Amino acid sequence: MEPSVSIRDLRISYGALDVMRDLQLDIQPGEFLVLLGPSGCGKSTLLNAIAGLIDVSDGEVWISGKNVTWAEPKDRGIGMVFQSYALYPQMSVERNLSFGLRVSGHPKDDIAKRVARAAEILQIEPLLKRKPSHLSGGQRQRVAIGRALVRDAQVYLFDEPLSNLDAKLRVDLRVEIKRLHQRLENTMVYVTHDQIEALTLADRIAVMQGGAIQQLDDPLTIYNRPKNLFVAGFIGSPAMNFFHGALVEAGGGLAFKGQGLEVPVDGYETSGPLAAGQKVILGVRPEHVPFAEAAAGRPGAVEGRVELEEPMGADSLVWLALGEGQMSVRCSSGKRYHPGDRVPLAFDMTRASLFDADGQHRL
Amino acid sequence: MSHQENARGPKPKRLTSSRIGIYAFLVIAAAFFLLPFYVMVVTSLKGMPEILKGNIFALPEKPTFEPWVIAWAKACTGVNCDGIRVGVINSFKIMIPSTFVSILLGAINGYALSFWRPKGGNVIFAILLLGAFIPYQVYLYPLVRMLSQVGLYNTLPGIIAVHTIFGLPVMTLLFRNYYVAVPIDLFKAARVDGGGFWTIFFRLMIPMSGPILVVAAILQVTGIWNDFLFGLIFAGRDNLPMTVELNNIVNTTTGTKAYDVNMAATILTAMVPLIVYFVSGRWFVRGIAAGAVKG
Repeated sequence: MEPSVSIRDLRISYGALDVMRDLQLDIQPGEFLVLLGPSGCGKSTLLNAIAGLIDVSDGEVWISGKNVTWAEPKDRGIGMVFQSYALYPQMSVERNLSFGLRVSGHPKDDIAKRVARAAEILQIEPLLKRKPSHLSGGQRQRVAIGRALVRDAQVYLFDEPLSNLDAKLRVDLRVEIKRLHQRLENTMVYVTHDQIEALTLADRIAVMQGGAIQQLDDPLTIYNRPKNLFVAGFIGSPAMNFFHGALVEAGGGLAFKGQGLEVPVDGYETSGPLAAGQKVILGVRPEHVPFAEAAAGRPGAVEGRVELEEPMGADSLVWLALGEGQMSVRCSSGKRYHPGDRVPLAFDMTRASLFDADGQHRL
Repeated sequence: MSHQENARGPKPKRLTSSRIGIYAFLVIAAAFFLLPFYVMVVTSLKGMPEILKGNIFALPEKPTFEPWVIAWAKACTGVNCDGIRVGVINSFKIMIPSTFVSILLGAINGYALSFWRPKGGNVIFAILLLGAFIPYQVYLYPLVRMLSQVGLYNTLPGIIAVHTIFGLPVMTLLFRNYYVAVPIDLFKAARVDGGGFWTIFFRLMIPMSGPILVVAAILQVTGIWNDFLFGLIFAGRDNLPMTVELNNIVNTTTGTKAYDVNMAATILTAMVPLIVYFVSGRWFVRGIAAGAVKG
């Protein structure tokens, strides 16, 4: 099938500085794609390039089978939602929704029909006569989404739409956006720095750093099998634990040795051959550590000393000193731990990650 | 004093000596600036015999509006004795289009510079601002030559063009600074919604520009109304603005100086800026603050 959005050899530079080069990305029709990364990683720049709001230095942008690299934003068949809502302050909600259609000279009854439909979908009918300044943040963002919907676009672009909202509203609206996608089945490209938003909403996530896509995969693959150290460290909260060391021969198999630890790597699903002597980084998620009773009797179990505990309601995070390093472990909050407690824990290599010494590649 | 055992609730306000000093200064300063205006008003209401008694602060014994009528309709400027009313009409004919055109162009400039960011826009803006700091007098002769080349010297369009050109730097600065504070996302949203250069300007930006339009209008109305130099040089005999007419009236002397008529004519000339000031005091102050860069 022809991709809904296709980015080919995209380069964006400011003066002599390339902020993005040779970027390739195909987004399938109906797909919910999230561009995720820390601030300054180029995710918003990429979205703006798709929208036609910044000029590209090289490469092509295709939307719905048409080369739109030189097309005006309005001619690209897109709708866009901004972090700051960007509602036209002097217009009522209704006129905000209809602005684009009025500008392009749509017939009045068609405008009324489309506005009514968008208002119904987003449940903003009672707000139609109000000015944006009389709306709450959540209502404003609903209107902003409505303004994009009214355009009946092929592709909807979201630029950190929930970042200005408080925590509770953010969760509510996140669910609503997912429902909206299920109902409309349009292609959606969504920029965020919030990994929870990315993991919950996306069909596929493109993790970006330094103007390049580090990994493009479905959320579970991104979470379980990060391609490099950056993705591993960026995804997951609390963050993945890392140990620096090397692979050694031990008891007929390979083991990770470093920072006062020696852990057999049996069961690790490797993508290439592993060799003794190789310098590696071992990554373990706090929630993937068999702990206390669960660790008992497992091969390679070690003992950690509790440094502090952070209860988080449903579970708690325990920080331990281990060998010459430190790690965090997530455990159910049934039991309290105190500084100084010695607790056994094990490494589940089926869910761990191994990277080469400079963190560029997963092994 | 820093710790008081019985301190509770709002801190009591007390009238300190420094406060009294400040108010006294303000009252004196106000009186200082109001006094000349008071003298003008009372003098314009006196007959000449009363003025010649020499007590300029006294209230008129027999108030008369005769000087005002003379100033308006009969005072002589050189050979014409039609009063200052001709100048009023000329001033409006100059001021209204100049204000409108200079604000419109300034707004378009500011809008283009802050949102469309054309290549070299910053250089153009810097050059434009530089123009605002060079004394007007430097331009006078070249401008006279240029305007007469294109047949606009001594015409109404000519003087309007001059006011527009000289208003442009400050108007551009004013609108650029206003639009720079408008979130760029608003502009992006309008572009996605299909607005072109003019659509976004007229349907989105201008309706949002109420406050700055008022400030710009105040600056231009008072500035152009009070102009003497350009009016004298570029307007031509048939379009002389009120300020130039006033000067001619005051300097045309036959016998004793008609102080009463001169005062009345001056107040009439100052009427438009005065009304603007009283109607829009709050905005006026903002306008001055915004125009402070004018130097």
